[in-house]
Amino acid sequence: MLKFLSSFGRYWLLLAKVFSKPEKHEVYYKQTTKELISLGLRSIGITIIISFFMGAVITLQTAYNTENPIYPTYLIGLGCRDSILLEFSSTIVALILAGKVGSSIASEIGTMKVTEQIDALELMGVNSASYLILPKIIASLVFNPFLTLISIIVGICGGWLAGTATGVISSQDFIYGIQYAFIPYYIVYGLIKTVFFAFIIASVSSFQGYYVEGGSLEVGRASTKAVVYSSVMILLFNVILTQLLLS
Amino acid sequence: MIRAENISKTFGDREVLHKVSAVFEPGKTNLIIGKSGSGKTVFLKCLVGLLDINEGEIWYGDTLFSKLDFSAKKEIRKEMGMLFQGSALFDSMTVEENVRFPLDMFTSFSYEEKLERVNFCLERVNIVNSNKLFPAELSGGMKKRVAIARAIVLKPRYLFCDEPNSGLDPKTSIVIDELIKEITDELNMTTIVNTHDMNSVMEIGENIIFIEEGEKCWEGGKNEILKSDCTILNDFVFANALAKQLKQSAGT
Repeated sequence: MLKFLSSFGRYWLLLAKVFSKPEKHEVYYKQTTKELISLGLRSIGITIIISFFMGAVITLQTAYNTENPIYPTYLIGLGCRDSILLEFSSTIVALILAGKVGSSIASEIGTMKVTEQIDALELMGVNSASYLILPKIIASLVFNPFLTLISIIVGICGGWLAGTATGVISSQDFIYGIQYAFIPYYIVYGLIKTVFFAFIIASVSSFQGYYVEGGSLEVGRASTKAVVYSSVMILLFNVILTQLLLS
Repeated sequence: MIRAENISKTFGDREVLHKVSAVFEPGKTNLIIGKSGSGKTVFLKCLVGLLDINEGEIWYGDTLFSKLDFSAKKEIRKEMGMLFQGSALFDSMTVEENVRFPLDMFTSFSYEEKLERVNFCLERVNIVNSNKLFPAELSGGMKKRVAIARAIVLKPRYLFCDEPNSGLDPKTSIVIDELIKEITDELNMTTIVNTHDMNSVMEIGENIIFIEEGEKCWEGGKNEILKSDCTILNDFVFANALAKQLKQSAGT
């Protein structure tokens, strides 16, 4: 318990250091651009692949569970849309990104820590926490909503393709289903969750990397911890945000 | 001038430094020597503020550095350059970007002015045509020299070197030592070198502090080392047979 409280305190102290005034905006701007490419653009591929197959599987599973003739077939499209909007494109994609981006952030910062690169920054008079972590948080907060939107579009396309290709639903019924009783707020809800999850992934992973002590073994452990703790926090906040935003 | 007064540092229950005092004068190459694990690196990191001290005071000129807050320390740190044991070059940056980094961060020079300064520093440490290489593509000696170039690019008043010769062959070590000495003289810096390399001691040691188990045991110049009657120092400095012979011949 004491260890948890100590880590919790250190996390907030680190965030206070991260959000202190940057030394030079121009340098931070360049660094944020780099992170947008590294953490955002380079995650588009995995997001597309996961979302496509996720949409396809949701459609097929909904179809096989609603074979009863009393259910109209357009429900398959509706089910696919709502599952993707409400849960999959925000939460599942966030969990995947916690694995990909989270481990990358923790290992990058952790390696910098054990090879004294962070000490070098501090010694130059640079706020290392802010210089290294703030651009990652900003890049994640800015880009992850786009990844969610991409995921929604690709997921629904995947569902449509799987449904029509296997003949479980016609194209017209699927399109009618995804338009039926559409609530635009679901997109807002998904995007709000994404912003919270992006912050969790970037900050928790950075925290794990920043306080590494030791060598490569500890960097590996920090990387694993970053993924595990980020994922647990995402699931916890998923429950909290759902209750707050949908109740 | 840097002045350390009765510095003590503990990690948990273990006291790593015990009331160490020293004065490091400008224009001199000051050496901290001692066995591995004697507390040299901890002392150096306390001096630059990377570790907080438990007792004592650290003065930079007339400023009590050890009592300054984070932002005030940052201002003094801009006058420091440090060569780390593993060079600590930024992996994701090229040689040029590494050396240019402090200029990007703390000056309003144009790109051309920065490039001119970077090239001057790189030439000063004999690194040419390597601007676009990444640290992973450099040899150990080149990494150290690039790290020296980065350390001096802002013309610091204080230079700290943590085991600058570790992992280098004797010839390259001498090149690095000479470079540190020349740069110290040119910029009239207060240079503190942490080492257990006896070649460095005899090459550049103007003021030497010997630390044993966290305590300062001896202080003097390189010529005084040969005549010292401090047993612990002699055991450390004249550990091998050749050095023992040298000591004996100096004594006779």
